Amino acid sequence: MSATSHDTHHDDHHDHGPPPGITRWLFTTNHKDLGVLYMVFALIMFFVGGAMAMVIRAELFQPGLNLVDPHFFNQMTTMHALVMIFGAVMPAFTGLANWLVPIQIGAPDMALPRVNNWAFWLLPAGFVLLLLTLFLPGGAPAGGWTMYPPLILQLGDAFPFLIFAVHILGISSIMGSINIVATILNLRAPGMTLMKMPLFVWAWLITAFLIVAVMPVLAGAVTMLLTDQYFGTSFFNAAGGGDPVLFQHIFWFFGHPEVYILILPAFGIVSAIIPTFARKPLFGYSSMVYATASIAFLSFIVWGHHMFSVGMPLSGQLFFMYATMLVAVPTGVKIFNWMATMWQGSMTFETPMLFAIAFVILFTIGGLSGVMLALAPVDLQYHDTYFVVAHFHYVLVTGAIFSIMAAVYYWLPKWTGNMYDERLGQWHFWLSTISVNVLFFPQHFLGLAGMPRRIPDYALQFTDFNMISSIGGFVFGLSQLIFVWVIIKCVRGGEKASDQVWEGAKGLEWTLPSPAPYHTFEQPPVVK
Amino acid sequence: MRQTGPSHARLVSKMLLLVVGMFAFGFAMVPIYEKFCEVTGFNGFVSTQAAEGPVIGEGSDRKVTVEFVSTVNERHPWNFRAVESRMEVSPGELYTAYFTVENAREGAGVTQIVPSVAPGNAGRYLKKTECFCFTEQRFEPGETRELPVTFFIDPALPERTGTVTLSYTLFDISAGDEPEFDTEDAGLHAGAGQ
Amino acid sequence: MKRKLLGALAAIGALGLPLVAAAATAPESDWRRPWGLNLPRGVTELSQDVYTLHMLVFWIVCIIGVLVFGGIFYSVWKFRKSQGAVPAKWHHSTTVEVVWTVIPFLILLFIAVPATQTMIKIDDTSDYDMTVKVTGYQWMWEYEYLDEDVAFFSRLDRDSDRARQRNPDVRPQDVEHYLIDVDNPLVVPVNTRIRFLITANDVIHAWWVPELGWKKDAIPGFINEAWAEIQEPGTYRGQCAELCGRDHGFMPIVVVALAQEDYEQWLQEQREENGVVATDDAEEADVETAVLEEVDPDELMQVGRQVYDNQCIACHQAEGQGMATFPGLAGSDRVMDDDDWVIDVVVNGVSGTAMTAFGPRLDDRELAGVLTYIRNAWGNEAEPIQPADVRDAR
Repeated sequence: MSATSHDTHHDDHHDHGPPPGITRWLFTTNHKDLGVLYMVFALIMFFVGGAMAMVIRAELFQPGLNLVDPHFFNQMTTMHALVMIFGAVMPAFTGLANWLVPIQIGAPDMALPRVNNWAFWLLPAGFVLLLLTLFLPGGAPAGGWTMYPPLILQLGDAFPFLIFAVHILGISSIMGSINIVATILNLRAPGMTLMKMPLFVWAWLITAFLIVAVMPVLAGAVTMLLTDQYFGTSFFNAAGGGDPVLFQHIFWFFGHPEVYILILPAFGIVSAIIPTFARKPLFGYSSMVYATASIAFLSFIVWGHHMFSVGMPLSGQLFFMYATMLVAVPTGVKIFNWMATMWQGSMTFETPMLFAIAFVILFTIGGLSGVMLALAPVDLQYHDTYFVVAHFHYVLVTGAIFSIMAAVYYWLPKWTGNMYDERLGQWHFWLSTISVNVLFFPQHFLGLAGMPRRIPDYALQFTDFNMISSIGGFVFGLSQLIFVWVIIKCVRGGEKASDQVWEGAKGLEWTLPSPAPYHTFEQPPVVK
Repeated sequence: MRQTGPSHARLVSKMLLLVVGMFAFGFAMVPIYEKFCEVTGFNGFVSTQAAEGPVIGEGSDRKVTVEFVSTVNERHPWNFRAVESRMEVSPGELYTAYFTVENAREGAGVTQIVPSVAPGNAGRYLKKTECFCFTEQRFEPGETRELPVTFFIDPALPERTGTVTLSYTLFDISAGDEPEFDTEDAGLHAGAGQ
Repeated sequence: MKRKLLGALAAIGALGLPLVAAAATAPESDWRRPWGLNLPRGVTELSQDVYTLHMLVFWIVCIIGVLVFGGIFYSVWKFRKSQGAVPAKWHHSTTVEVVWTVIPFLILLFIAVPATQTMIKIDDTSDYDMTVKVTGYQWMWEYEYLDEDVAFFSRLDRDSDRARQRNPDVRPQDVEHYLIDVDNPLVVPVNTRIRFLITANDVIHAWWVPELGWKKDAIPGFINEAWAEIQEPGTYRGQCAELCGRDHGFMPIVVVALAQEDYEQWLQEQREENGVVATDDAEEADVETAVLEEVDPDELMQVGRQVYDNQCIACHQAEGQGMATFPGLAGSDRVMDDDDWVIDVVVNGVSGTAMTAFGPRLDDRELAGVLTYIRNAWGNEAEPIQPADVRDAR
């Protein structure tokens, strides 16, 4: 990936330019270089995970075993989730944070540049371990990304690889997050008070705290799996007085905040883009901040909604149901605020704005199905069906990933100094948006009609919607090649971007030249 | 320069402390969860410690059905069943129920029998003063034994609960019960005396 | 599914059209048809309550969706720069923000009331007329009628099992209830309050029949409770809903609800067939494969080949040559000579390796078949293994 990212850079700064050659990328402590590395890594992983999704959709194109063994299918669903969550979405957000947080708060670099380098290079190491398992006897992890015991303990040689990969990825994201927190709290330019920070910075501050708080819990949970497997402990083994459901509690205590780790930065991105293209200030800045913080808080007390069917007592079910329903309130506030920002604005619809509007609409669909899923009694029907699959893909693909794409289009001119190809961008947007709905919308129907998730083959009545969904999947997959092409094209040249790039753009990063020099804000700007 | 190193150091140490704390919290969830289950009867919790004797019955004519269910995990060669499948009991009085276990393995075997109660919140009202589930049980080849569980129902059991199901799952925890692969030794059961 | 439809329509105009057409043509009740869109109304009080609640919240989120998407599209249409819109300057309004915090909260309260009532009802297992113990296995179900001396295994029916193989001799499209049919369905009476005790034998499974209105996890070592009172005779199908390994997708559930007298008759037949109390494993296995006479070696080879292609081939490879740490079977003297050992390995697995115990997963005939196959394929030669030999090793 170093080779690829090498190409993506441009060497037009004379003063504090980067050292030449591969060592620049290996040893860099520059936040912009690391941002690029993170994002290129994320893009590669997006295609690796995407390829797995294509295998899944191809197998499900029609009933019968068409391509792969069910065991391999399970490996694909498991690895697809792990790769997309830990390899694509989280690193992409971290990369954006690396590039943007310092220049949005007027800092010269991240607070801990060497830690930053380490945090990044742990990622490829972790993924080498994880992807290697595909070639091990017994195959890759196939028990679902949730790693529930006792099933996960049936995994063959891949088991320790999985555990250590999770540890390494956890350490990487914890290091990255501590760095972000330190940068935001310690390196703001004079006058950049907390409540003046761009929402992307706010969102990341909160996200970073979530990561630091829950990643260690995941590390603890998988460590217990490891000792159960090899050292005779019985944390989750009923025979030794343990309880497999305990793992689910610990996992989801991590897992639910993790879900918000994957979406809060998206809120920040969209809150930057919509005001720019509506040419109107963000509506309700402070309520946005409070809403983000309350969502983060609530995320710690709703984990039980992933487990309504395990046999919790009534009081537990009701508690988790009420707490989960409450999440809708701050989330609703955000959506209404974005609407109000557009209201009486003066909108134009460049690609970033299109992705941002699609984000608001499609994320809302995911949010509304989330309200349905929150209700414990009906969740006993929805749970572990394609309805849930549709729900979280609306939140994660048209939510998180659309926001990342919006962000790339939005800041690409600042990074490269060139405008991207707007016509190709529009093509990418429309193809993606239409196909992603063809892909995931019918999955709501499949789930309600009774199709469980994580099955390699299905009963005949599910054929039609699966076929439609698969076709949507293939088109969506192919459409992403346009995205890569747009990026490559933009890196290599194109119409020169102005410093402000977008007419309505506000914020420190737009006061910098395009492309942003290798070193920025060595003298802190003064924020009034 | 705006910020100096030490302020990073302080912040980073605090964050690292949080990391260590949360890692520990993950493990702390194990006893917390156990305690929580004990108090709330979460997830069919039922104590594997001997309970104190019953409080003297309060003379109510309430009857509760206690139902006994048995499962052998992973279809190991054991026969395990309740002698009586149900009992009518008065809360506050001591009863003994029996389960038979037969070792149908080729060699001797060790089991751990694990209790679980439904409905979940009844677990803490079903108190066992003596149970074969408190310890591991060893069986010679072909041995059949009747194992007793002595229990009483706490009169505080909620009125709406008329049936308490006591389910036991037998786990075979004999060492080396599975054949070694690629050993020259043809003896299949290392730990089994035969 | 109209909320979803409206959502999609609002979001991406034309795409929603075929779905609307589908919604218009699919009858609600017959949800097992192609193009099924919605939850079934179901045949129990619980499933109907759940359905009502589902439709209530569905319409509420629909309305919210229409308002939100309507607002966004109105803005997009009205406040565009190309139309000469001039941006306003305001960016705050406490009143409005309070309103759109409080109103959603009230809506949630409104939904929470029926949700709580339904949840309480689902949780109440106190009265019941009969009890069925459900045990999940990799990959089948066991049903045990407590107090009735009836117990049996229920697994994917033969036709589906044939059609689900790679290069099958029957096309899935030609199997009537492909993947949702079993050899022995769970038979229960209607208008009877049935209590289900749910547990598992190996890993976590989940027992789910949509028309009963709920799913419940089956957890090894733990017992879960649920209940249902089926109102109409009929056949209701479901599937395992918790990932439980390779064949998770192939362990369906079929519940046949009969009128009381038909049920009694069925029960009587079962008792006569079984003859004995079947609660322990060995005897259940008897029930399963009553016939234990010698099986023709050719038939064993045929059965074995199918099992091998299905279960073993991924590791031990097509020609039995093995791969990496997976031992080769072709030409292995021990496989051919040491009957007891090879049977034990296949039936009980090898701990600490990827070789799992197939005893719980296959019946005696299948085990005998695959054992015979690996001892006689790829140039191997040995005596066939008969189902009775396997029985002895269990």
